[in-house]
Amino acid sequence: MRREGSPFQGLSTVFVKELSDHVSSIRMLMLELLIVSTALAALYEAISSLRQNTAEDPFLLLRLFTIDQAPLPSFVAILGFLIPLMAIGLGFDAVNSEHNRRTMSRILAQPIYRDALLMGKFLAALATIGISLAALWLLVIGLGLIFLGVPPGGEEIARSAVFLIVAIFYAGVWLSLAMLLSTVFRSAATAALVALGIWLFLTVLWPMLAPALAQAIAPADPRYVLLGLNDPATAIWTQELLRLSPNDLFGEAMLAVLSPTTRTLGPVFLDQLRGAVMGAPLPFGESIMIAWPQTVGLVAGTIILFAFSYVLFQRQEVRA
Amino acid sequence: MSEQQTEVNSAPRDLVISARGLTRHYGKSIAVDSIDFGIARGEVFGLLGPNGAGKTTTILMMLGLTEISSGEVSVLGFDPAREPLKVKQRVGYLPDAVGFYDQLTATENLAYTAKLMGLARAERAARIESALARVGLAEVAEKRVATFSRGMRQRLGLAEIIMKRAEIAILDEPTSGLDPQATQEFLGLIRELKAEGVTVLLSSHMLDQVQRVCDRVALFRGGRIVLMGAVPELAVKVLGAGFVVEVEAEGPGIARRLAMIPGVTQVETLAADRFRMTAERDVRPDAARAVVAGDGALRRLSVDEPSLETIYARYFQAQPTGDVRHAA
Repeated sequence: MRREGSPFQGLSTVFVKELSDHVSSIRMLMLELLIVSTALAALYEAISSLRQNTAEDPFLLLRLFTIDQAPLPSFVAILGFLIPLMAIGLGFDAVNSEHNRRTMSRILAQPIYRDALLMGKFLAALATIGISLAALWLLVIGLGLIFLGVPPGGEEIARSAVFLIVAIFYAGVWLSLAMLLSTVFRSAATAALVALGIWLFLTVLWPMLAPALAQAIAPADPRYVLLGLNDPATAIWTQELLRLSPNDLFGEAMLAVLSPTTRTLGPVFLDQLRGAVMGAPLPFGESIMIAWPQTVGLVAGTIILFAFSYVLFQRQEVRA
Repeated sequence: MSEQQTEVNSAPRDLVISARGLTRHYGKSIAVDSIDFGIARGEVFGLLGPNGAGKTTTILMMLGLTEISSGEVSVLGFDPAREPLKVKQRVGYLPDAVGFYDQLTATENLAYTAKLMGLARAERAARIESALARVGLAEVAEKRVATFSRGMRQRLGLAEIIMKRAEIAILDEPTSGLDPQATQEFLGLIRELKAEGVTVLLSSHMLDQVQRVCDRVALFRGGRIVLMGAVPELAVKVLGAGFVVEVEAEGPGIARRLAMIPGVTQVETLAADRFRMTAERDVRPDAARAVVAGDGALRRLSVDEPSLETIYARYFQAQPTGDVRHAA
């Protein structure tokens, strides 16, 4: 049986309303304050360290993103940690709050399909994050210009723009997850707790668990152990397991794009490096190729999680 | 079920909603069990019954908001399962315990739904203003809905339907939780809608209120419509006779004269000057004439209108209840 009419009718209305809700909400203000202040701290450290040894680095601007000065992690690492928090903060009550406020049936009684409501909410939250990240990106470039005094080159801008796009998809994964949980759980508090639990598990616990699991799955060959080397099978398993976490995918993609000298993201054999000029930057396109699988992984994660919440939401009873 | 008995509307009835064999089950439990009904343009139709009898599920099926397991329903000539947007464009719905966005004002809340309805910008402002004025919320139009009472929220919900210029207004438990004055005001607004030619579908478990505004009612029980028709007809059907008139008059042979009025089935003599007549129709004018014609002194003439509550109680007494289903 085919439905008649466009599933996108009312999409822009929902989008604009949700966007204005997000932008004017106190929740968003707090999240932005948190991210901007920690990011600025990381940037300050990065700038002061770069000013001391401004060598002949062709990618000075990119160093702003990646350099880390103890005790603070790099700007990119901080974002990798905080973007999920922001996405969860915007998505955890997207669907269940409409039920709890008893606005769901009233809104769905208007001439729109459910598609428009869910899609509008998702896009509005993603746009909110996108705007914040773009502002942060401009801030980094601006501060780099002021304090380092070196105008950024075209390739640096292109690489940092790729950073921005991948970061938005990284946020998309977490946003889809948060919205899925907001569809599954009627209580916003439960959805938020589960989302934060998954976030902490994947960013903090998983990097510790993955090597242990890899050891269990592919125990290191005693011959490697005797030589004091890592068993490549174990190393590969560790990396494959780590890549289940979007956090890791984001980190790897950023490493490839923002550090042009990165040649590979996995373990390599020495013979594979034969003929390579170590320390020489890769061209922009090659770096993109290295980051491509990770980026696709993030996009796919976003789409799959969104599809799950879409199906669940379509089948959900309107009544509370 | 009893459509042919209904003569509320003039002959070729212009049906705006008609359902045939409408059924909805959740797994094995049946929420709505093969119901049939037709609602004519401009009438106020009441869906009555205890909580969980299938009223809200029926409403949601009419709006295309829940799946129809079998049977069919047509709303204004459209199939809500296939063309929900066309149905929802023309039908206004006030859900049970309606909610609004608390952080927005009354005007902003209506502006959002107006945009979803696809109203043009210029049209929106004018319609919102007049709708809020109609329901008496003009002074608080710029106040945040968080400060609104339950009654004000219900009226705001009705303002949304008025703004939509809906041909059919579906109100789910509109008066539950309202104080008596708010209830009266709300029923007044419903009558105004009817006066404008809007078809009103009202669900409630508050029988006396429904009786006051509805032209016809359908009694739900366990997902089925067990009785349908105008209240006086149901009274005749269930209670045997519709009207009980009490006469207080002095004079010779009044009881005999009263018994001769056509339509009167029984006359009881309660005291020397008090009589109770049971009749199929409102026989007060005839009773007055009969008393006066017999040189009697008429002191009081009162009628006990058949109450829906009595009908309801009597009907379900007579028909022992089956299993109680919970569909909510």
